[in-house]
Amino acid sequence: MESKEIKFKLNGKIVRTEVKPYDKLLEVLRDKLGVKSPKYGCGRGECGACSVLLDGKTVRSCLIYAVEVDGHEIVSLEGLQANGLTELQKSFLKHNSFQCGFCAPGMVIQVTELLRENPHPDEEEIREYISGNLCRCTGYNPIVDAVLDVIKNK
Amino acid sequence: MKTFEYFKVASVDEALRLLSMYGNKAKILAGGTDLVVMIDDEMVAPDYIIDIKGINNLKGIEIRDNYLWIGALTTFSEIIHAEIIKEKFPVLFEASKRVASVGVRNRATLVGNICSAVPSLDSAPTLLVLNASVEIKGKEDKLVPIADFFKGPRKTILEKDEIVLGIRIPLETRKYGANYIKLGRYEGEDLAQVGVATFVAEDLEYRIAFCAVAPTPVRALDAEAFLKGKELNTNLLDEVVPLALKAIAPISDVRASKEYRLHTSGVLLKRSLKASFDRLKGNGPSYGINLV
Repeated sequence: MESKEIKFKLNGKIVRTEVKPYDKLLEVLRDKLGVKSPKYGCGRGECGACSVLLDGKTVRSCLIYAVEVDGHEIVSLEGLQANGLTELQKSFLKHNSFQCGFCAPGMVIQVTELLRENPHPDEEEIREYISGNLCRCTGYNPIVDAVLDVIKNK
Repeated sequence: MKTFEYFKVASVDEALRLLSMYGNKAKILAGGTDLVVMIDDEMVAPDYIIDIKGINNLKGIEIRDNYLWIGALTTFSEIIHAEIIKEKFPVLFEASKRVASVGVRNRATLVGNICSAVPSLDSAPTLLVLNASVEIKGKEDKLVPIADFFKGPRKTILEKDEIVLGIRIPLETRKYGANYIKLGRYEGEDLAQVGVATFVAEDLEYRIAFCAVAPTPVRALDAEAFLKGKELNTNLLDEVVPLALKAIAPISDVRASKEYRLHTSGVLLKRSLKASFDRLKGNGPSYGINLV
């Protein structure tokens, strides 16, 4: 199959790269472009570890072919923290909201979308938004605490 | 590794031309949250992928004549955030919130959900009780009632050279109450073990539909006829359950046994009818909350 050149905005910079039609966005980000924060977890959209923002919306980069993002904008954790850790990330650190850390980039991406849509969500809404992000270490409570803490200070 | 050729089309005609050329070797790609997994699992092996996300007139939610139109590219998140949905069909807002998770709903489309036609599809019971129709374009234009759209697990009446343009939901002039209840193994992202939607209008017309408990989503027409014109009460709820259960034929699988599904279908139906009736009367739970 022929490769196709795609052009998209990645963490604020225009990127051009050759992809095969069946290359997943996750693979292209990690293996070709060196963006390592999105993780390969389940590979079928159920765990949220590969989450990135596509035109501002959280998506599963394991379920998107790279050709589909031609002309669009992708932001990963690397983009969010380009100017230092965000308040949300600092709150995650303060509350010890990750242990192995595998889910953390996806959690931060998903909660970032939530807080942009609604700066003051209640606990139920926070839990609804991260219900597609699996964490096997924390039991979720420290994550929810970190988000509640960051909202309180807004 | 499965390989394919990728086309991004800008019009329905272009998509139809490719479909008529490649037939069963081609697959339509919208959100991709089902299709990509099916390709990875080798359940389908298309040689050609036709990405329709560039077709602008398949996007949106709007009132047209006497119905609400939801375009084929409209995502569940867009439905959840649309004021017109909360105003006219809050039950669709409620059902959309039960689909997968935010990160999937940002990409997954309502029309993609019905085209995948898995028996547990969350959107179908609600579309069934709202008497929705499916707009199809191929060699000819078709408008198919949603009840006639599903043929079996992962099977629909769509021909290989047809695509779905959108969904039409007739505007309801009567006062009504409705809801969708999804039972899963836990509160997070999971497929339904049982899904039930009910609708009650002020003239006491009832509609009942299930998913995940038959090869296709189904209406329980006998139960609806039995309830017609009657004010809901506890006795009636007990009497309607056996009638409704005749309409379903659940199987045992990894998510639940047949017996559990039969039992909980009855429990959820009662809960759903009561909530719809209470909403009709103005004292039901607010739309969007989890009624399990």
